Amino acid sequence: MKFLCVECDEQMIFEERNLPGDGTLAAAFRCPGCERIVAMLTNPMETQLVSALGIKIGGSEVPGQPLELVRSEMVGGREDAFVDTEPTAAANVSKGSPGVVWSLAAVERLESVPRFVRGMVKRIYTDYAQENGISQITPDVMDRARSDLGLEGM
Amino acid sequence: MTLKHRTYSEVTGADTSRMVEQVAAQHARVAERLDGVKACIAVMSGKGGVGKSLTTAALASACANRGLTVGLLDADLVGPSAARLSGVQVTGLTVDENGLDPAISPTGVRIMSMELLLEDGAPLAFRQPSSESFVWRGAQERSALREFLADVRWGNLDLLLVDLPPGTQRLTDLDELLPRLDGLIVVTIPSAASQAAVGRSMELARQRDIQILGIVENMAGYACADCDEIQPLFPGDAGEQLASAYDTVLLGRIPFDAEAAVHANTGALDQLMNHTLAGEAIDAVALQLLEAIA
Repeated sequence: MKFLCVECDEQMIFEERNLPGDGTLAAAFRCPGCERIVAMLTNPMETQLVSALGIKIGGSEVPGQPLELVRSEMVGGREDAFVDTEPTAAANVSKGSPGVVWSLAAVERLESVPRFVRGMVKRIYTDYAQENGISQITPDVMDRARSDLGLEGM
Repeated sequence: MTLKHRTYSEVTGADTSRMVEQVAAQHARVAERLDGVKACIAVMSGKGGVGKSLTTAALASACANRGLTVGLLDADLVGPSAARLSGVQVTGLTVDENGLDPAISPTGVRIMSMELLLEDGAPLAFRQPSSESFVWRGAQERSALREFLADVRWGNLDLLLVDLPPGTQRLTDLDELLPRLDGLIVVTIPSAASQAAVGRSMELARQRDIQILGIVENMAGYACADCDEIQPLFPGDAGEQLASAYDTVLLGRIPFDAEAAVHANTGALDQLMNHTLAGEAIDAVALQLLEAIA
């Protein structure tokens, strides 16, 4: 999929992705010539079709997680299906980050996520914070990550 | 008015959706994860109710008993049973950012099955819009299979057995996902009806140039508990007929064995293998399989 600014004859650049929460998706593309931004809006069926392939329009800025599609899309998962291990201190250092702190409000919000998916969600938010130089995860950071990363339902 | 502009191929910049790139990365991850697997063999029937899953689980156990390092991937996502049949106690699977550890059966087989992830009695279902789910359901199941292949830490295996569900679609999915599928074992029962249904699946395998290592005829007679002999059960010789038609071998004939069924129900595959006529027959199949992949 490519977007072309016909007036400038320039290929448009992926700018950002947004999930309004109703199963639809918005992906914005910008023309590097005239700076015009257009948004591609997909309906729930189109959004789901792409998601079912385990891919994200525009890619993802954080690494994929093991069984990410199964854990995020499946319903009826066992609460005790997984024992999620925390990233080691050494792994954090190798990523150039000393680690990320979670605010109390963010922890409380995380606790409301079903256990089947909670550990994975925690790693994704942590990776997002590290990638963006964020030292503390708050509910606001979680909202931004959810939208930026296309984490529908997390 | 027709707008004049460049076409997709004429715009030479990278694909901004990055979808192709992501699919290629998915395939690369599967290949990397299975790099330590010497042989990947699928077990298929094309027909339900022929005892394929138990045959596969027992075959995996038999190969492990003979010293091989064995993995068992339950590709029947809708009706998974490999874990229970293999005696795996459902416990949390350890997972970190690099992958998850498979469950280990009492006979040492590394197992991944949807059974380990679903609540007891829950059907496989995905979060999705309320209508037209047929459009993406197949893609979701294929993606789940891909994740089982790519994200489980299979490690170094002599043999990875993949238990396919009835039908043919999952064989196509598997063949497309794997860097190489080393062969196929086909399970049938003796009847003409099974022969017809299983034959269609074998035809698909032939069209895709998948090597058929051989056929296992299950429920070939019943093991008489009183006389310790195999007595007639179903009419037919589907195993031999299919082997002849598809230029392959009949790997073995496994009798219906009530004692084996009791052990299967409790996941006691070691008991099944060591103390039943069905176990003896499966072990003979395992020996031939080992020769085939040596």
